[in-house]
Amino acid sequence: MGDYPSRSDNATAGDLGVTSRHAQGAGAGVYPSSNDEPPVGGGGALPKKARFSVETAFRALSTAAGAMVLVIIVAIAAFLVSKAVPALQKNNGNFLTETTWFPNDAEPVFGIAALAFGTVLSSLLALLISVPIALAIALFLSHYAPKRLATPLGFVIDLLAAVPSVVFGLWGRDYFQQPVRDFSIWLNEYFGWLPIFGGEGPFGQSIMLGALVLAIMVLPIVTSLSREVFQQTPGMNEEAALALGATRWEMIRTAVLPYGKPGVIAAVMLGLGRALGETIALALTLGITFDISFNLIQNGGNSIAANIANSFAEANATGRGALIASGLVLFAITLVVNMTARAIIYRRREFRDSAA
Amino acid sequence: MKLQRSGYLAGIALTATIALTGCGSDNEAPAASGSAAPGDCVAGSSLTAQGSTAQKNAMDEWIKAYQGQCAGSAVDYQGNGSGAGIEAFIAGTADFAGSDSALKEEEVAQADAKCPGGKALNLPMVIGPVAVVYNVQGVDGLQLSASTIAKIFAGTVKKWNDPAIAAENAGATLPDATIETVHRSDESGTTDNFTKYLSKSAEADWSFGNAKAWKAPGGTGAAKSDGVATKVKSTPNTISYVELSFAENSDLQKAKIKNGAGEFVELTGESAGKTFENATVKGTDGDLALELDYNTSTAGAYPIVLVTYEIACSKGSAKAKEIQSFLKYTSSTAGQTALAELGYAPLPETLRTKVEASVAAIS
Repeated sequence: MGDYPSRSDNATAGDLGVTSRHAQGAGAGVYPSSNDEPPVGGGGALPKKARFSVETAFRALSTAAGAMVLVIIVAIAAFLVSKAVPALQKNNGNFLTETTWFPNDAEPVFGIAALAFGTVLSSLLALLISVPIALAIALFLSHYAPKRLATPLGFVIDLLAAVPSVVFGLWGRDYFQQPVRDFSIWLNEYFGWLPIFGGEGPFGQSIMLGALVLAIMVLPIVTSLSREVFQQTPGMNEEAALALGATRWEMIRTAVLPYGKPGVIAAVMLGLGRALGETIALALTLGITFDISFNLIQNGGNSIAANIANSFAEANATGRGALIASGLVLFAITLVVNMTARAIIYRRREFRDSAA
Repeated sequence: MKLQRSGYLAGIALTATIALTGCGSDNEAPAASGSAAPGDCVAGSSLTAQGSTAQKNAMDEWIKAYQGQCAGSAVDYQGNGSGAGIEAFIAGTADFAGSDSALKEEEVAQADAKCPGGKALNLPMVIGPVAVVYNVQGVDGLQLSASTIAKIFAGTVKKWNDPAIAAENAGATLPDATIETVHRSDESGTTDNFTKYLSKSAEADWSFGNAKAWKAPGGTGAAKSDGVATKVKSTPNTISYVELSFAENSDLQKAKIKNGAGEFVELTGESAGKTFENATVKGTDGDLALELDYNTSTAGAYPIVLVTYEIACSKGSAKAKEIQSFLKYTSSTAGQTALAELGYAPLPETLRTKVEASVAAIS
């Protein structure tokens, strides 16, 4: 693990610029030997270690910063649990299976089932829509577009990530809803025999609208990261593929995509993280009903974060505790997603490195 | 920018004028003398209050006018919810609280403890009618009874041309479209009052009781009153409920509602106030908590109304004089008529005089 820090940096964040693609290609080829180089170049000229040098100070600073992450995570978890437990004890329903959400009543009944379902469904649907498009854009920018076009287009995509989510939410609610409704009615008419497009309406303010808005929000994240990853593909691999007679698409399939896979997975997981935690855009575009339904086009749908945004202002002590408990569930879902992503990336990387 | 500011100033000037003309008997020079207000100004007074969001707009208007009349006085009202307002009153951080409902039994003792020698009063101050708004192409002046409204929102009546609706709207051409009911996705006093109306006047068709959270299945949620208004405005075949001011600001179609006398009544400030003309006061000794009769047979009364209270001490508050001065203004004719433009209904005269008497007794 310690051998690859610079590489994993490049795989996720990446160096900007046109030269990195080729420099990295060359670098990757001689990578193992390059580890030994720095001492050869500058070892003799290093100053003696002072007791309170910048080295020690910086080391302490970065250790503290690293430890801080853990402290913050533990503190968040402890805070959430301490607030959530009293509310959960007052709950008259089963928190995991109950679909209603009435924590402010004298006899509180609330459960996470419908909310967690809506959160996961809308996020997965958003990824299903956005990932293929994002990858296509990324490949276009890194391998098809002329440089003069690729750079400004890349900027525009990054700009999309800077639009506040409330803007997406309001746009989705006020302008995008009508086309989605028309499309839903069309789907319902011709594909109504599929349960996901069934129902009698009303249509429009549905999981589909929420997922489409989410997809647009996730798109720039996945695109940016994937583009960086694709640009890092070793030039030698690409040229080798082309030299063997591969077409452009075959070269991408055999050289670029396998190389970029872990990075793309990381990008998708990051996108999923954003989708799971998205609050206000979903609060504005979903139908905010508490039921579990796979119907994508009928009004309805809800998510954990959207429910927190909607309910927090008027919640009493139990209500706030219940919302915090739902936040804890979101925390757990996100943790599982991230750990899965890590696991996939590590396994892939070992596989790739041993093969290389 | 400049235009906005001058508009704002004009607004202040206008309200000040309205307030002043309301008590023309005084015949005094405006503002300068400092005693032109219907309430007696208390020099250097500063009040903090919080509570119901339903009366936030009314409070803002009153505060603007009151501070215009009583130079140097400051009133701050935060609309953070009735529950939070009552909590703050009990904790002593608010001088008075605004609430959508009278104090509950368990709150009364705690609130009274804040008023040594007296008790906490529920003073009805703002009447907010709830409009049933709809958006159906080609249907004007939709008429609905409580039971039909309940059936629509409970999901038993699904189409606009359902016989239940057609029976109450002879001659109207109702489309064969699915009804899209819209409710508040956040908890709201409006939802509470609307469902209270349904549960009281359409028991047979409404089994979900009343609460600030929407309990009926299905429908579509929208956040806050403006979210509901936007949704109904932009989506055909929707129906929802919203405070009168939001219905008017968004220019939405309002349904006529059947009252206890059997008439379908259009919502106006006047028709909403009539519902309170015969309301029973269940409080005693100046406390004016109301027992509202949704099935009132008063002619011309619009039944879906909410009343919000100011909760203040009858005795023992350190700022009694200042509270009295402010509430004296809000319960005056001038204070009440100032609200008409904001979509609230003025207190009917019978009730207003009672409130005024209770306020006068604060010490």
